[in-house]
Amino acid sequence: MTKLLIYPKKYQVIVVGAGHAGTEAALASARIGCSTLLLTSNIDTISQMSCNPAIGGLAKGHIAREIDALGGEMGKNTDETGIQFRMLNTKKGPAVRAPRAQCDKKAYQFRMKLVVESQNLLDIKQAMVEELVTKHDKICGVITNIGMRYDADAVIITTGTFLRGLIHIGESQVEAGRAAEPSSIGLSGILKKLGFELGRLKTGTPPRLNRRSINFSKMDIQNGDEKPSFFSFRTPALFHVEQLPCYITYTTEKTKTLITNNLHRSPLYSGDIKGIGPRYCPSIEDKIVKFAEKERHQIFLEPEGRITDEFYLNGASSSLPEDVQLDVVHSIIGLESAEIMRPAYAIEYDYSLPHQLHGTLETKLIEGLYFAGQLNGTSGYEEAGAQGIVAGINAALKIKSKKQIKFTRADSYIGVLIDDLITKSTEEPYRMFTSRAEYRLQLRQDNADLRLTKIGREVGLVNDTQWDLFSKRKQLIEEETSRLLHLRDDSLTYVELLRRPEVSYQSLPKANLSLPLDVQEQVEIQVKYAGYISRDLEQIQRFTQLEEKQIPSWIDYEKIPSLRFESRQKLIRFKPDSIGQASRISGVTPADISLLLIWLKKADTNQTL
Amino acid sequence: MEDTIAAISTPIGEGGIAIIRISGSRALAIVDAMFVSAKGLPSTYRSHTIHFGRILNEKKKILDEVLLTVLRKPHTYTTEDMAEINCHGGRQIARSVLAECLRCGARLAEPGEFTKRAFLNGRIDLTQAEAVMDVISAKTDRAHMAAEQALEGSLSRKVEKLRQQLLTILAHLEAQIDFPEEDITPALYGELAAELTRIISSLEKLLATANEGKILREGISVAIVGRPNVGKSSLMNALLGVERSIVTSTPGTTRDTIEESANIRGIPVKFIDTAGIRKARGKAEEIGIKKSHNAFITSDLCIHVFDISRPFSKTDFGLLKRFDKKNVIRVLNKCDLPHQLIFPTNMQQIDAVKISTRTGDGISILKDLIEKISFNNSQISFEFEVLINERHSEALERAIKELKPALTDMNKSVGIEVISQQIRIGLSVIGEIVGKTTTEDLLKTIFSKFCIGK
Repeated sequence: MTKLLIYPKKYQVIVVGAGHAGTEAALASARIGCSTLLLTSNIDTISQMSCNPAIGGLAKGHIAREIDALGGEMGKNTDETGIQFRMLNTKKGPAVRAPRAQCDKKAYQFRMKLVVESQNLLDIKQAMVEELVTKHDKICGVITNIGMRYDADAVIITTGTFLRGLIHIGESQVEAGRAAEPSSIGLSGILKKLGFELGRLKTGTPPRLNRRSINFSKMDIQNGDEKPSFFSFRTPALFHVEQLPCYITYTTEKTKTLITNNLHRSPLYSGDIKGIGPRYCPSIEDKIVKFAEKERHQIFLEPEGRITDEFYLNGASSSLPEDVQLDVVHSIIGLESAEIMRPAYAIEYDYSLPHQLHGTLETKLIEGLYFAGQLNGTSGYEEAGAQGIVAGINAALKIKSKKQIKFTRADSYIGVLIDDLITKSTEEPYRMFTSRAEYRLQLRQDNADLRLTKIGREVGLVNDTQWDLFSKRKQLIEEETSRLLHLRDDSLTYVELLRRPEVSYQSLPKANLSLPLDVQEQVEIQVKYAGYISRDLEQIQRFTQLEEKQIPSWIDYEKIPSLRFESRQKLIRFKPDSIGQASRISGVTPADISLLLIWLKKADTNQTL
Repeated sequence: MEDTIAAISTPIGEGGIAIIRISGSRALAIVDAMFVSAKGLPSTYRSHTIHFGRILNEKKKILDEVLLTVLRKPHTYTTEDMAEINCHGGRQIARSVLAECLRCGARLAEPGEFTKRAFLNGRIDLTQAEAVMDVISAKTDRAHMAAEQALEGSLSRKVEKLRQQLLTILAHLEAQIDFPEEDITPALYGELAAELTRIISSLEKLLATANEGKILREGISVAIVGRPNVGKSSLMNALLGVERSIVTSTPGTTRDTIEESANIRGIPVKFIDTAGIRKARGKAEEIGIKKSHNAFITSDLCIHVFDISRPFSKTDFGLLKRFDKKNVIRVLNKCDLPHQLIFPTNMQQIDAVKISTRTGDGISILKDLIEKISFNNSQISFEFEVLINERHSEALERAIKELKPALTDMNKSVGIEVISQQIRIGLSVIGEIVGKTTTEDLLKTIFSKFCIGK
């Protein structure tokens, strides 16, 4: 047992894990002005994209833009390392359009590494954290697996899939946090000892193939948009990117037969895997089994970078043994002679049940301890990044004795994400869909900055450059909208004209075509959606009132008479922070809320309970 | 707490008074819209005054003549502006006045909500907090129980079926939105519009029936059975209150079944007077007896009449066995005459009501029993029956209000995100009826129908 060393410098914030959540958290904390330490088991894999080398898509693209609006790094990192950009749902309304980009995987992680290395107030060290130091239910620091103790006022844990991670390929199992990286064994035990309830989830990743062995002539090609849509509000519109294509192919009857005959060798189906996997990212085995009548399944081939020959086989996630994987890959059109560079695998890992967090992502059990990312049972880089930036902001605010921020379902997808996490029970890795957002018409990717940049500025994360760009854009939008309100064409104002579905901004006779395209677009969208949104606004007002009604932490649900048993149990388990959150817990009825309100009023006036 | 709430505050009996209470910032505006009198608008009346006038519905039809009390804040039960409408008892009138309140902008109050507001506004002493909570919780439990009763079970089932169909439509729309790159083939607008049309029409039909609880709309059917000349027709007349069927002392007079409706304790009852059952003499009588038996089988409730002045016979025994079902009331008629009928001791205890159609003894007790059995021996009060019906009607109406524009928009090819929003709202309103929420069910539906997984 090595002697315990104490690092001479005390940090204000320590971030454990440098994935997508960890990097956003560390950067946010440092940029707001707190001395931050980022600890990672491998500095070479900072922000590595473990799975699909892509950012964005429906809902995820929305989140990535929100992170950028707040002053986070994901948007810029994507724009500068992207190799293909596409806007999805262009033929549908603006509220459901979303940007998506394939990125150069290595460029992505190395740019982020440089950003993190060069950030003021941020130190990176390579070490694996095995223990947490607490005193009187408050966090004090961490201890690494080689016996070094780092002290801090706040600790953010973003260990992703590394907690007791177990990789399955067919019958073989390897303890790992990710392919070729050791898992974190001790930390799970520590969290349990502190009283955290952990669960087990699984996810998977498909094989990587070598480009030379792929026959692209048999596949359909998918090119990027001619005019790429960027993620960051700070990326200039004329930023040039040389784009690479993706390819589309299909499985065959042979694929079906192979998988069906070998299901017993898949740990998923043999029961060797205990964790539950995501419905929306099924392994290829899942697809074949659940949709047996489907003759063929679509497979995408995505390049992993500009200067690599590796291709990502999207849609072919699997935990089948390597020999079966090889045959399955060869049964896919165009991949008859493909060489697998890295096999597909499934990974099981511990996660912390997220209802144990406040809406700030601070844990309820230990003051100053925050959890963010896949550790909370989410999946996706964007979902992780969102939690990371929130945790980073809030840890810094807390240290500066300022009020922490809670995002809500009405102001962002980030709010929907966090509220869903802390209010629902997760059974599969949580992923964002636009259908989860009640106020989808408001939470668009095109107005993320209008919703969030002010908050980013207030907390100190949005710098002058970003703020100036934003202010200018906002001003142009407001001025133009006001101008249209007063301009008339016969009896109609221009605003009324623009409301008509067939009228576009550019078709208006007095349109100001010298305005930046994004401003023109925003004016048009706002006018067209105004009617639908105003109804939402009433709802949002009521919603906000309930959200602001806080439930004090000392409330004892056992003492409240007349609560139904089921509701009482749920309230005790989830410990909601507000009446609004309580009302969303499944099993809690309006009558229960009435009882709670009465109880709180009585307690309020008595000042005791 | 900004909504203005309304509810019927009194249990209803026949010929009583019903009080509809309204509380909230719009209370006076609402009664202004409904109440007419020579004295002008209620909002001009002094507080704590009572006025005579009429309640009109939206078609300007007079619903009732009423007394209206205006109570201005803060010296009211809830400390908000309140209005109380005293209308005539009888379920229909009270309910129609309440419906008009809702139409004018009030919301149906939750169980115990007036008391809750009184408490939260400081009107009720804090030491009574627990008592208030008990009231709310007890009322809610009973409302739940009432809702689960057979009374509304079939409505819930129908609603749930429509909800599933609506979920499927939404799943097709959402799948297109959230998974544009997947190799799936969601249905086109045309197909979905046709399905939505069907759903809306079913909802409208449901609304029409939900507007009356089954008992109140269809009433219950009561078959009066027994041997010839035990006084079945007399009993029916007594219950109806007038001479209807022919009453003579010759057996076999009522050849067929005679149906008449009456109002027993506010419940529409359809009495079916049957031919006396005996070995038929003649074809006509045989047919009559068959019809009696049919009436017995299909009726909700059966009154088996015995003549207490005649000894128990083999026929009686046979009939007892034949007319044995869940809801049967045994009646011993002619109790003003010397009692001769004794049930054999080896039979189970037979509960029977002693009546005399000639003197009127026992008829009131019989009516009470009919009312009790109609509501399955539960303690459902009118309050909850209304709560359930009105709540369902309100929700169904709101749902239809959301879904109709969605249908129009689908036919106009309006943006998919707008249409799916409307359907979503309609779905969550319907979900309120059956106590379900949308998002998880929606995701489940999407993933079970479409192979997603790029």
